[in-house]
Amino acid sequence: MTPLLAVDDLRKHFPLRSPGAWLRPASVRAVDGVSFALHAGETLGLVGESGCGKSTVARCLVRTLDPTGGRVVFDGVDLATLEDEALRRRRRDFQMVFQDPTASLNPRLTVQGMVEEPLRLHTDLAGDDRRGRVVEILEEVGLEASLARRYPHQLSGGQRQRVNIARAIATRPRFLVLDEPTSALDVSLRARVILLLAELRARLGLTYLFISHDLSTVKYLSNRVAVMYLGAIVEEASATDLFARPQHPYTRALLSAVPVPDPDVRRDRLVLHGEPPSPIAVPTGCRLRGRCPLAQPICAEPVALREIAPGHRVACHLV
Amino acid sequence: MTPLLDLRDVTVHFDTDEGTVQAVDGASLLVGAGEIVGLVGESGSGKSVTALAILRLIRPPGRIVAGAIEFDGRDLLQASEDEMRRIRGSQISMVFQSPRTSLNPVIPVGRQIERLLRVHAGLDGGGARRRALAMLAEAGIAEPERRAAQYPHQLSGGMCQRVMIAMALAASPRLLIADEPTTGLDVSIAAQILDLLRDLGRRTGAAILLITHDLGVVAGICDRVAVMHAGQIVESAGVHRLFKQPAHPYTRGLLRSVPRLDRDFTMEPIAGAVPSLLDPPPGCRFAPRCALAMDACTACRPPIVAVAPGHSVACLAVEGARR
Repeated sequence: MTPLLAVDDLRKHFPLRSPGAWLRPASVRAVDGVSFALHAGETLGLVGESGCGKSTVARCLVRTLDPTGGRVVFDGVDLATLEDEALRRRRRDFQMVFQDPTASLNPRLTVQGMVEEPLRLHTDLAGDDRRGRVVEILEEVGLEASLARRYPHQLSGGQRQRVNIARAIATRPRFLVLDEPTSALDVSLRARVILLLAELRARLGLTYLFISHDLSTVKYLSNRVAVMYLGAIVEEASATDLFARPQHPYTRALLSAVPVPDPDVRRDRLVLHGEPPSPIAVPTGCRLRGRCPLAQPICAEPVALREIAPGHRVACHLV
Repeated sequence: MTPLLDLRDVTVHFDTDEGTVQAVDGASLLVGAGEIVGLVGESGSGKSVTALAILRLIRPPGRIVAGAIEFDGRDLLQASEDEMRRIRGSQISMVFQSPRTSLNPVIPVGRQIERLLRVHAGLDGGGARRRALAMLAEAGIAEPERRAAQYPHQLSGGMCQRVMIAMALAASPRLLIADEPTTGLDVSIAAQILDLLRDLGRRTGAAILLITHDLGVVAGICDRVAVMHAGQIVESAGVHRLFKQPAHPYTRGLLRSVPRLDRDFTMEPIAGAVPSLLDPPPGCRFAPRCALAMDACTACRPPIVAVAPGHSVACLAVEGARR
C-alpha cells in the first residue's frame, strides 16, 4: 500500500552569516535527513525536546518553509518542489494547527470570518451555503453557533484552540499537522482537546502528524512514534513497542524523565550528561554520544536507522 | 510538633473596575520543617496568589482580607514591613516559573549571587565570591567560574533555573516556595531540576512549598499535597493517600484528566472550566462542575473535615466528610 505521505531525506539548513570572506559559512542543521512514511488514517507522533527540529519538519511539510533538500511526497505529488499556484490548490488537503491558540487567530476577525476564510479560498461555496457550512463545522468541534459572532479575545483558551481546529478541518483535508496543539492548555481543557482530536480523526478519517514534547499525550493519540534528536530521527516504532520496549538511549532517557502521577512508580532513570549541543556543531557519528552514559568508541562512527524488529527502527550502534 | 508554616483561613481579594476578585477564599495549609508540600490546581485556582500572600507580596489592588499566616510561631500578617524584608530571602525565599526574567539581564549571574550573599549572609567581597562559585557548583552547573561571569541570556533555561535555585537557597532559608519551577523546561531538564530541588532541600533542611499544575511532579517529589480549586483548598493528604484514595471529586477528576505513560485508560475530563472569581458560585465553588453536586452544596461552603489522619476534604458528597 502506498503511504499517504512519504518523507524522504528531508533537510532544512539555515545558513549563518559568513565568518569571513574565505571561510565557509556555517549553518544550523535544524533538520538533517529525516525520513518517514504515514499511511492514511494513521497518527504518527513526532517527539523530542526543544530545538530538535520537530517544528521545522512540520513547517517544511506544509511548506511554510522551503526545505533545503529531500522529498515530501503527499498523495503522489512532491510538495517540496511544488510551485506556488499548484501548492495553493493542494493546500486544502493538508492543514496545520499551532501551539499558541491566541497568536494563530486574527484578533480583528470574528469566529465566523476566520472559519469562513479557508472555505472562501479553497471551495466554490457561495454566501449562504458557506455560512451554513461554518455553523456545521463549529458544531463538529463542539462550539455553539452563537459563538460565531465573537472575536478571539471574547473566547476562552480552549474555545480558541477549537476555532483553530475548525479552521484546519474546514476544507475537509485528509492530513493535519498538529504542532503542540495542547501544550498551552490547562489539564482539563487539554484532555478535552485530545478527545476532540481523537473523535474528529475517527469521524472524518483524518491522518495526523502529532508533534509534541508531552510523551503521555503522544502515547494516547498515536499509532506510531518517531523520536527526534538534534535534527534526526533516532528511533521509530509502533506506540505500543516504543513505550514498552524503548531501545535508543535517548528514548530511554526521555521516557524515564517523564513524571508519572503515581508515587509508587519508581523507575530506573537513565540520565544524560548536560544539555543538547548546538545544531551548528552536530557531533560526527552518533549525535548523542557526547551525552550518552553508554557511549563506546564505536559511537564515533556514523550510524543510520536500521530495523531491529518489524516496524521498529533504531539508530544506535549498541542496540 | 509545631509546623513551620501554618496558613489559616487566608482570604485574598483584588478590587477591580468590574468588582472584587475573590482569588483566595479561606485557604488553610500546613508545612512542616523540612517537608516538601505540593500545591496543585489549574490556572486561576489561586496557587500563586497564595504563595505571594505568604511572602506578603500582594500589592494593591490586591489585599489579604482575612486569616493568619504563622511562620515559625509568629504571624507574618502582623509583622512590620522591615521585619518582612528581613524574612524574605533569608528565611523564606522563592523560585519563579520564568527563571530568565527573574534574573537581572545586565549583571553577570555570579555577581547577582554575590550581592545576595552580602545582603543576607553578611559575607564580604572575597568570601561572597568563593561562596557564590561553590553554590553554582552545588546547583550542578559545570565550569562555575566561566558561568559566573556570564549574563542570563548566555545560559540555557535549565541553567538559569539552577542559578535561581542557588540564589534562593543562598541564605539557607527555612522555607523555599517554588512556583512552577519546571514549567516551560524540557522533560529531561525538568527532571534534573526537580532532583536538584529535592537534594538541596534535603541537604539544607529547607522545607519546600511546590506549586504546580502537574500531578506527575507532585507524585515524584512531594511528601504531602494540597489541591486547590477556584481559590479554595478542597483536599489535602499525604502524597500516597492522595493518589491512592483521592476523595474530592475535583481531585479525582484531575487524576482522570491526564494521559499517562505508565498505564492505558480512557480519559474523562472534568466538565466546565474554573469559574470566574469575580462572582464565584455560592457554597462549594466546584459544585457547578461536579457530577455529585446536591442542593446543599450551593447552600454553604462545605466544612473541611478529616476523613483519615492527615487527610482532609471539603466535600458534602464524601462519606465521612459530612458533619
